[in-house]
Amino acid sequence: MTGETTELSLPSRIDTVATAAAAVADFVGRSGISDDAAFGIDMAVREAVTNAVLHGNRQDEDKTVNIILKSSPDAVEISVHDQGPGFNPEEVPDPTAQENILKASGRGIFFMRSFMDEVDWSIRPGGGTTVRMLKRR
Amino acid sequence: MAELNINERQAGDVTVLDMSGKITIGEGSVALRTAIRRLLEEGKKRILLNLAQVSYIDSSGIGELVSSYTAINKEGGQLKLLNLTQKLQDLLTITKLLTVFDVYESEAEALNSFK
Repeated sequence: MTGETTELSLPSRIDTVATAAAAVADFVGRSGISDDAAFGIDMAVREAVTNAVLHGNRQDEDKTVNIILKSSPDAVEISVHDQGPGFNPEEVPDPTAQENILKASGRGIFFMRSFMDEVDWSIRPGGGTTVRMLKRR
Repeated sequence: MAELNINERQAGDVTVLDMSGKITIGEGSVALRTAIRRLLEEGKKRILLNLAQVSYIDSSGIGELVSSYTAINKEGGQLKLLNLTQKLQDLLTITKLLTVFDVYESEAEALNSFK
C-alpha cells in the first residue's frame, strides 16, 4: 500500500484504551507491518492513550483524545492528542533505576520509548499535548 | 467474558492462581488486586501466579504485579510467578523486574521452592 490516514476522536474514559487499541490493530493489520512491530505499536498506543486519558484529560468526559494514524511505505506514525496541561518527559523518573524498580507506576513512557523508533512530545498551539510515535518498517 | 479470569486452587499451603486473559488498566488490574487482597485477608500468604494463559499485560498490569509482590512481602509472605509467556518475560527483562521476581517454568519446582 502507498499510504493511509485515519483519525479517531474518543472520550476520556479508561475503556477508550481498548477501543483505540482495537482500531489501531485494524489499521496496522492493513498496513502490512510485521507481527513484532504490530505488538510494539499496540503496547505503545495503549500506554499513550492511557496517559492521555488519565494524566492529560484526567478522565474529564468533556475532553476528547484524538488519534491520527498514518502509514507510508517507510513507517507507521501515530499521534495521540489530549487537552491537558502537558508535562516535561525529561522529568519523568527512569523506572529501571534501582530506587524506582518496585514502584507500581511510571513505566508507560518507558514502554513507548522501548517499542517505538521515535517518540516525541509537543504542546499544541490551541492547548493540549501531542505525543507522536513512529515505527519504521 | 471478563477481561481476566482467575481460578484459585490450593497445593498444600500454597495458593495457586491460574490466570487467563489480559492484565491491563481497568478490569484486569483490578481483578488481580482484588484477588490478592482477599487472599491476604484470609491469611494466605504463599501465592503462586500461573501466567501461562495471560495473553497480554500493560504497564498497569506490570505495576499490579509489583504492588502484589510488595503487599505480600510486607505481610511476611511470598509471591512467585509460573509459566511466563515470552512477551511477559521480555517486559520483565527490560524493566529489570526479572531480577526481582522468583520465576519458574515447572509448577512442581515452584511449589517446592516455598518449602
